[in-house]
Formats: sequence, C-alpha cells, structure tokens
Amino acid sequence: MLDFLKPPIQTFQEFVVLSGRAVGNIVRRPHYSADVFHQMDVIGVGSLPICSMVGLFSGIVMALQMARALTTYGAESRVGEIVSITLVRELGPVLTAVLVAGRNASGMASELGSMKVTEQIDAMRALGTDPTQKLVTPRLIAAALMLPLLTIIADFIGMMGGYFIASTQLGITSSEYWTAAWQILEYNDLAQGLLKPLSFAVIIALVGCLYGMRTTGGTQGVGRATTDAVVWSSLWIFFVDALITQFFVNL
Amino acid sequence: MDAASTIVCFEDVSLRFGDTPALDHVSFQMGAGETRVVFGAAGSGKTVLLKVAVGLVKPDSGRVFLLGQEITCMRETELFDLRARVGILFQEGGLFDSLNVAENVSYPLENQRTLRSGNRSNEARVRESLEFVELAHTLDKFPSELSGGMRRRVGIARAVVTEPALELYDSPTAGLDPITAHTIITLILKERDLRNTATIMVTHRYQDGQLMANFRYNPNSGEIERAPRGSAETVDTKFLIMQEGRLVFEGSETEFLANQDPYVRKFARPGAS
Ligand SMILES: Nc1ncnc2c1ncn2[C@@H]1O[C@H](COP(=O)(O)OP(=O)(O)O)[C@@H](O)[C@H]1O
Ligand SMILES: [Mg+2]
Repeated sequence: MLDFLKPPIQTFQEFVVLSGRAVGNIVRRPHYSADVFHQMDVIGVGSLPICSMVGLFSGIVMALQMARALTTYGAESRVGEIVSITLVRELGPVLTAVLVAGRNASGMASELGSMKVTEQIDAMRALGTDPTQKLVTPRLIAAALMLPLLTIIADFIGMMGGYFIASTQLGITSSEYWTAAWQILEYNDLAQGLLKPLSFAVIIALVGCLYGMRTTGGTQGVGRATTDAVVWSSLWIFFVDALITQFFVNL
Repeated sequence: MDAASTIVCFEDVSLRFGDTPALDHVSFQMGAGETRVVFGAAGSGKTVLLKVAVGLVKPDSGRVFLLGQEITCMRETELFDLRARVGILFQEGGLFDSLNVAENVSYPLENQRTLRSGNRSNEARVRESLEFVELAHTLDKFPSELSGGMRRRVGIARAVVTEPALELYDSPTAGLDPITAHTIITLILKERDLRNTATIMVTHRYQDGQLMANFRYNPNSGEIERAPRGSAETVDTKFLIMQEGRLVFEGSETEFLANQDPYVRKFARPGAS
C-alpha cells in the first residue's frame, strides 16, 4: 500500500550511506589530493565569474529596491545595512549555492554517470580503488572549501554593487555606506553566512555524486541523473536554508 | 572438485533486480587453466554472472567462491586483494577517459596493494603489456582518440598487465568487424596459452567459441592454429548457455553441437546471434 514511498526512502537511505562513507574517507587513507585540487579548480575557479556577476547584480537590485522605500522615510543612509544583511544572511549563500548546484551538481552527476554506464566505476573497484574515496570524497572536500569562499566573494561584490547605487543615486558617501554595512553585521550573521554555504556544499557534492553513481540505462540515464541532481540539490538547499534560518532566528 | 580448489565456483546463486531475475539458481565451477565460453541472448545475465564472480555485485542467495575463497560475504577491502589476481575486460570498455593509455594500463599496478611491490618497474610492465597487444606506440593517446578495436586491445593490456590467474572477457568482439574480432580472439588465446590463465569469455559469436575450443596460440608463428584433438585446450573448454538468468546448458563442444534444445541450437551455428 505504501509502495510509492519505497523509492524515495531507498534513495534517502543510499544518500545516508554514501554520506557516511564519503565523510569517513576524509580521515582514511589513501588520500587523492590531486583530485581534490582539480575539483577545487573546477568548482571554485570555474564558478567564480558567474557567482561574482550574480552577486553584483543582487547587490544592485537590493539597493535599487530599498532606495525608494528608504527615501520616503528619509533613511537613505541605512541602505548599506540592508544590502549587507540580506546578502550575508540569505542572498549570498543561497544564490551562490543554487548557481554552483546548476553548474557543479549537474557536472558531477553527468561525469560520474557516464563513468557508471561505461563501467569505469566497476573498473575502479576491480582495479583496487574505492570509487567513493577516489571520486566522491575529493568533490565533497573541494565543495566544502570553495563554496564558503565563493559566498564571501559574492557577498562582498554584492555590497560593492549596492555601494555603486547608493553613491550614484542616493549620494551616500563611501564611509557612510561601508560603516553601516559593516557595523550592522553580528557574529550571528557571519555564523549563519558561513554555516549555510558549508551545508549547501555538502548537499551539492553528495546529491550530485549520488545521482551520478546510481545512474542506470545508458546515455539517457545520464541525462536523467543530471536533471535529478540539479532539481533535488536545489530543493534541499532551500529546505536546509529554511531550517538554518529558523534556528538562527530563534537564537 | 571441492569449492576450495576451484578458480570460480557458483553454488545455487540467485539475484534479482526488482522483478527481473538476473541470475536464477546458477551453479557451475571451473578449475585452474580451464576455459568457459558463455553464450546467451541480450539481458540473459552474462554480464551479471561475471560481476558476481568477482564480487562487484552481491547475490541475493547462494554462495560464490573466487580463487578458492568464499566471497559471498567478503568485505570490499579483502576483495581488492583477490581481484588483484583477476583481469577483467568490461563490455563497455571501462577505460578511464581522463587517463591516457599508459596511465590506464598502469592503474592496477599503482592502486592494487598486493601488486605495488613488484621487482620490475611499472613502466616496463606497462610497455610489455602494450607490446603484447601490439599497441606500444599509443602510450600517450587518450581512449577517445582510439578506434573501437584499439580500445578493446588497451582493455586487454590492462587486464593482463597484472599477470592474473583468471581472465574475464565480457563480449570482447561485440561491435567489431570480423578481422578485428579475430585479432582480439588471437590475443585472448595468446594470454591463455602462454600463461595458462583460466578464462571466461562471454560472447554472442559462434566463431569465438569455436576458436576458444579448438585453437591454440603458436608462439613461433604468432598466429593461432588448430589444436590437436584431445589436447588440453580442447578438453578444458566448456560452453555455458544462459537464458533469462538460468544456466540452461553446460557441456563440452560435442555435447553443445549435439544438443537439440532450440534455444541452445541458436548459438551452435555460424551467423547466429
Ligand atoms: N544494475 C542493474 N540494475 C537493474 N537491472 C540490472 C542491472 N544490471 C543488470 N540488470 C538486469 O539484469 C539482467 C541481466 O543483465 P546483463 O547481465 O547485463 O545481460 P547480458 O547477458 O546482456 O550481459 C537484465 O534484465 C538487466 O536489465
Ligand atoms: Mg552484457
């Protein structure tokens, strides 16, 4: 009767097993550091331009939206605070993560998926390497290191976008803007601004790899795995975002 | 023959994927230096049979022995050491497309714990193995730059570089023209007869089975030749036929050719698939 629940429960179970193994492998030998650096390049350097651009425009848009509202209260000087808080708490982490999910969760799923359907994953196991150790753990480590960095960069570039609007349209001085932007941030904001990208990185890497590793059904299967990886990682990003926000709001 | 002295032994092995039985109460065994030719329609469980034999897939029930050890419940780390003594050519190739030919062939030497302390350098072994398949000039090429037949030969080089006791070939001639297919079978016989390697070959070509059962490699001419009747090569070759996960026939070539079952007969004449 509850048969329709079986596939999602099974997938979740596989997810938990894969997570356990991938995390356990971080401290287990052998370590494939070359793969970690390669993945850091793919995820970090590769996503930098798009994350910067999106950060910039979200800062600009926030400032534009707020400019009118704040002017009616004569509170233009607070634009820096609003841009800073929304970026650090919410927009920076979530937008960066969704972009990286689109770029890299799909990339991981299609790469591992093609390896699966051409029996390269089986070959690895046959030739003495653990595919979780060699493929999943490096991606997990690289994502966990790069996503927080990307988020910090996106936050900062977003604030610069906000500053551009504040100075050109509201006539706010540089020191006014940046003092407001900086002083409004509390430890609590920084903590959630870093905890979020770290959690999202884990979701992106593990969901991307999970759907890659369980690909079946040839080239078509790779396409399905890629789509599923993006859909599910994005969904989980928003879900976990809500959980973390709820936690910090109650703090 | 008791299970401990076999190279591969299946005892009543079953495995299902959802509703489809991939292996259905399969039992067979083979000893050192013997040959098995596995025929069967697409989806009859041939690939699964090979993967279960080396523990890449776990059966639902039954017992599997590899090189005399029971692997049914063995942990992956222990399996690595056993698999180091088995060479596998995968149906889909299984070559790492991010690595070049030389790196692909040296992969087992570098990653298998029990093989790392050889006295010959890996480079020499890789070169030797690629010379074995006559591809020594492709060391720095990537698999995507090779033809289908060359990729199979690189796969064979990677399977033989560790000098294993057992070789598994999954459809080595599928999708190849007859001349290239003949070259591949020649290499398989060469490995089998020069090193007396136990061999399981999955195929759908009647000719492949014929060559495996009746021919042997002649090191002087570098070609294959008909083996004399009653010689080790002809006696130690058995045919296995799979149908929907069941092993419906096991026997010598004579029994195979004399069998009247219509499904079995499909594989016992040239041009059949
Ligand atoms: N990983 C898998 N997941 C689900 N079904 C599988 C899987 N591997 C094989 N099967 C199924 O098991 C059966 C046997 O497959 P296989 O051994 O690949 O056939 P073949 O004889 O063509 O090599 C087929 O019905 C196939 O669909
Ligand atoms: Mg097959």
